Amino acid sequence: MENTIKAIVEKYDSNKGFLVPVLQDVQKELNYLPREALDLVSKFLKVSISQVFEVATFYKAFSLEPRGKYQMALCQGTACHVRGVPLIVDHIERTLEIKDGETTEDLMYTFETVNCLGACALGPVMVVNEEYHGKMTIAKTDKLLKKLGKEGNA
Amino acid sequence: MSDKVNLTIDGRKLEAPAGSTILQAAKDANIYIPHLCHNDELKPYGACRLCVVEITHRNRTRIVASCIYEVAEGLEVQTVTERVLNVRKLVIELLLSRNKKSQVLQDIAQKLEVEKSRFELDIKGCILCGMCIRTCKEVVGVNAIGYKSRGFTREVATPFDETPPDCIACGSCAYVCPVDFIQYSEKNGVRTIWNTEFPMQKCTKCGRHIAPVKQLDHFKETLNLPEDHFDICLHCR
Amino acid sequence: MKKLTTPQDFFDYQSEVKKSVDPKKTQIIICAGSGCLAYGTQKLIDGFKAEIEQQNLQDVMDVRASGCHGFCERGPIVLISPGNIFYQKVGLKDAPEIIEKTVLNGETIERLLYKDPQTGEKIIREHDVGFYKKQQRFILGQNSQINPTSINDYLAIGGYGALAKVLSETKPQEVIDEIIEANLRGRGGGGFPAGWKWDSTRKAVGDPKYVICNADEGDPGAYMDRSILEGNPHTVLEGMLIGAYAIGSSEGYIYVRNEYPLAVTNITLAIEQARELGLIGKNIMGTDFSFDIQINRGGGAFVCGESSALFASIEGRAGEPRAKYVHATDRGLYDKPTCLNNVETWANVPLVISKGAKWYQSIGTENSKGTKIFALVGKINNTGLVEVPMGITLREIIFEIGGGIPKGRKFKAVQTGGPSGGCIPEEYLDSPVDFDELTKLGSMMGSGGMIVMDERTCMVDIARYFLQFLEDESCGKCTPCREGVHQMRVILDRICEGNGQEGDIETLEWMGQAIADGSLCALGGSAPAPVLSTIRYFRDEYEAHIKDKKCPAGVCKALITYKIDSETCNGCHLCFKPCPTDAIAGEKKKLHTLDQDKCIQCGACYEVCKFDAVIVE
Repeated sequence: MENTIKAIVEKYDSNKGFLVPVLQDVQKELNYLPREALDLVSKFLKVSISQVFEVATFYKAFSLEPRGKYQMALCQGTACHVRGVPLIVDHIERTLEIKDGETTEDLMYTFETVNCLGACALGPVMVVNEEYHGKMTIAKTDKLLKKLGKEGNA
Repeated sequence: MSDKVNLTIDGRKLEAPAGSTILQAAKDANIYIPHLCHNDELKPYGACRLCVVEITHRNRTRIVASCIYEVAEGLEVQTVTERVLNVRKLVIELLLSRNKKSQVLQDIAQKLEVEKSRFELDIKGCILCGMCIRTCKEVVGVNAIGYKSRGFTREVATPFDETPPDCIACGSCAYVCPVDFIQYSEKNGVRTIWNTEFPMQKCTKCGRHIAPVKQLDHFKETLNLPEDHFDICLHCR
Repeated sequence: MKKLTTPQDFFDYQSEVKKSVDPKKTQIIICAGSGCLAYGTQKLIDGFKAEIEQQNLQDVMDVRASGCHGFCERGPIVLISPGNIFYQKVGLKDAPEIIEKTVLNGETIERLLYKDPQTGEKIIREHDVGFYKKQQRFILGQNSQINPTSINDYLAIGGYGALAKVLSETKPQEVIDEIIEANLRGRGGGGFPAGWKWDSTRKAVGDPKYVICNADEGDPGAYMDRSILEGNPHTVLEGMLIGAYAIGSSEGYIYVRNEYPLAVTNITLAIEQARELGLIGKNIMGTDFSFDIQINRGGGAFVCGESSALFASIEGRAGEPRAKYVHATDRGLYDKPTCLNNVETWANVPLVISKGAKWYQSIGTENSKGTKIFALVGKINNTGLVEVPMGITLREIIFEIGGGIPKGRKFKAVQTGGPSGGCIPEEYLDSPVDFDELTKLGSMMGSGGMIVMDERTCMVDIARYFLQFLEDESCGKCTPCREGVHQMRVILDRICEGNGQEGDIETLEWMGQAIADGSLCALGGSAPAPVLSTIRYFRDEYEAHIKDKKCPAGVCKALITYKIDSETCNGCHLCFKPCPTDAIAGEKKKLHTLDQDKCIQCGACYEVCKFDAVIVE
C-alpha cells in the first residue's frame, strides 16, 4: 500500500492543495479509504491526520468503510424526485435491509442516494458500477437486483 | 489613508482603527453585542451568528456578523433591531437545544427574553463554535483535533475518534470551550483528555507534576530548548 | 503538432484546417452526451463505424460522436449532415439502413423521424422540430458541429479565433470594456456582471491572480455546464484564456464535479491538445501572455459551488465558506485576487469577442443579454437542454419548446434556481425569463434548472425535498444553516406525516426570514426560499396537510390511501406480485381488493396497473 499511495501523492507533485483528488485516487485504487491509507496520505503529503480525517469525512464521495461489489447510486435530483424516486429508495432499503449509504453484510451491495447525475430525461436514474439504468420503477429495480444477485453469486 | 475611520453604532459617533471589526469597536465603546465563537486571540470566524448587527452603508441595509465585518468610513450600525433580534433569538434557541445546561447560553437567552427552546435534540452539548479546533491550530499549532462529517451531523472529533496522535494534552481546547463540553482531568500524575491518558513529568527536585510529557516535548522542540530544560519545575528553579 | 508562434501563424494554421474539411462529405453525427450514452449510444457509434468499415465507405462518410444535442427525451439522436436530417430513438439495427437509404440514396426513413404531437406531421430537419424552433443555440449548437476530442474540429468552426484576435489587436482593458458593454452577466446564479468582476480582479493588488472556472454544477435537475464541458471543452478554455489575458492572470483552475467523468476526460484532453499547439502554456502564440490551467476534481459537496468553499477545497481543506465581506476579486484563492465564473459564462466569452458587444446586446432584455441554457426537466414531454434568448416567456419554454405536460395532466408550478430558488405558479407563466423578473417572482435564475411540476406534485413535499437536500449539503459551520434548516425540515416532516400543528406555517416563515438574514453564506441565505415561495403561492396546500390531514396531490404517504376502483379493475393480477406485503387479494379476472391494514403505501400496484384501476385518495 505504501508504494501505491506514494505514487499517487507524487503524481500531484506532493501539492497539499490536491488532497481531495489524492483521496479520490486512493479510494479508486482501494475501493474505500482504510485508516492505514489515510495515515500514509498524511505522512507523504505532510498534512496533519486531523485535516485528512476532516476532509475524508466532509466530502460525500469518500467512504471510510469497505464498499460492496455492486455500488448502486440512485439519483436524487429534483427531476427524479418528482418522478417517484422516494418510493424506489424505500423499496431498495426494504429489500436489501440496509439504509441509504450502507453496505450489505456480505459486501455485495452498497446503496446510496446521490446528487443529480444530470441524466434527467431518463429519470429516475440508477447507476450501478458506472452503468446507467434509466426510467427506474419498483418492478425494474427488482429485476435488476435479481440479475445482479445471480451474477454476483456465480 | 488615515488609520482611523468614523462610524456610528446605535447613533453614537465613534472612531475606530481601520481594519478592526464592528465587534471590537463596540467593545471599546462599551456597547454590548452577544457572541460565542469569537476570541481576541483567534482569527475572526463568524460561525455562531449571535453577534449579528444591522448595517447601513452606501444606502444599503443588511445583516452582518459584527465579529468579522470590518469598520468603514460612514458606516451606520444598529445593534438592536427587530431583524437582528429575530436572528439572535433563533440562534440561541437552536443552540440551547444542543446544550440545555450551559449557564453561558442561559444567560444570553435571558437577555434575549427567550425562556426555553422549542426545539428538541438528542445531542451531547457541543455547540460547534470551533474555538477548540481553532485554538489547537492557531495558538498551540498542533492540529490535533478537527471536525468530523458535515452539516447537522458535524462533530468536533479526534482522528477516527481515537487517541489523537498529535495531541500534546495542553488542555487549551477545554480551557476555551464556552460550554465546558470537553472533559479534562488530572489525577496521580496523569492528565486525561480526549479519552486518552497522558503521563505527566515529575520535577526531579520536588517531585511535583509539571505538565504532560508530550506538551513539554512540544515546547522543547518548537522553542529549541535543551533536553533537560523541564526537569526542574518553576518553583524549584 | 507544431507550436504556433505568432497570431498570424495561428490564422494560417486555422485556414489550413478549414480547407482540409470536405463540406460535401456526409457526417453521421451521433449525440454522445451523457444522457444519450446512458441510453447505450456507444454501441450505436461502434456499430456505425463497423458498418462503414465493412462496406469500405470511409471516403464517403464519417461518424462523429459529438456532445449533447439537447433533446435528451428522444435519444439516441443521429443527425445527418449536410441536410440536417434528424433521426430520434435510433437503435443499433437502424445503422445499416441509415447508411444505405439516407446517406447513399438520399431517402429519409419515416419511422425514425420526429412526429409532431400536435399535427402528427413527420419532421425531417432538426431546425423544424418544435423543440428546436424557438431556441437560439449559439452555445449548445456548436456541440453537434464538432467532435469534442478534436481540437481541429473546434478550429474549423472558428475556434480560438477570438483569442487570436485579442492577442493580436486588443489591449486587456479594451477586452474588459467589451465584456462590460455586452453586459454579460454570470450564468452561475447571481447574475453579477462578469466585466465588473474582471475589472476588479485586474485592478486588485496581488500576485499571482487566479482565473477559475466553476464546474461544480450541483443544482439538482441542472446539467447544462456538464454538456458544455463534455461537448465543447475548448470553448470554455478559450473563454478562460481571454479572461486571463484581460485580467493579467497566469494561473487557472477548473473545479469540476467528480461525478462528471466524461467532462473530466474531455477537458483534460482539450488542455493537452491546446498546450501542444501553444494555445495554453508559456508565451501563448509567441506573445508575452502565459497561462496554464489545472483541473481540480470536487469531492461531492454542493456547498463547494459557493466561491469561498470552492477555494477551500482547491486548497485541500473541507469546503467551508467564509464571510464574503472581502471580495474574492481582492482576496480569493490562497488570499490572492481571483476571478471565478461558471462554465456557461466562460463559454459566452468567445462569442461576445468574435461577434462583438453590439451584436450580443441585441439579444435579450434590457438588463439581461444573450441566451441562457436551461435544463427543462420533470413533468414535461420534451425533457432536455434548451438555449433560449433572455426575455422568452416561461409559457413558451414549457408549452412550445417543452411540449407541455405528459399524460394530459395539469401544470402546477415550475421551479427555477435550484435549491436557492422558488416555485412559480401558473398565473406568472407569461412573465419574461430574465435575471430580474425571476427574482421578483420570489425565485431566481440560478444556474438553469427548470423543473416542471404537475397536479401530482405535492408542494409541501417539494419544499421538504429541497430542505433535506440542503440539510445534507450544509457545511455545518454557522448555526442558522446547520441547525435551523434541520429544524425547519423536522417541522415539514411532521406536516407531511399528518402531525402538523396550528402555527407551523407561521413558525416556518419566521425561521425562514431569520435563517436568510443570519446565515454566513449564500447556501444558508437562500435555503428557506423553496419553503417561503411555496408558502407564498401554495399556502392552501400546506393548510390542507395541517388542518384537513390531506395531501391534495396524493404524494405524502401518511395522508393517502390506495384503493382499487371496482369499475376499472379487470382482475389482471398484475399488481399481485409487486406488492411487498401481500395486501392485494382476489382471483384472476375478478375484482381485486386491497387490505388497508397491510398496505404500506409503497405505490408498487399503482405503478404497474395498466388500467388506472389503482387510485390514490
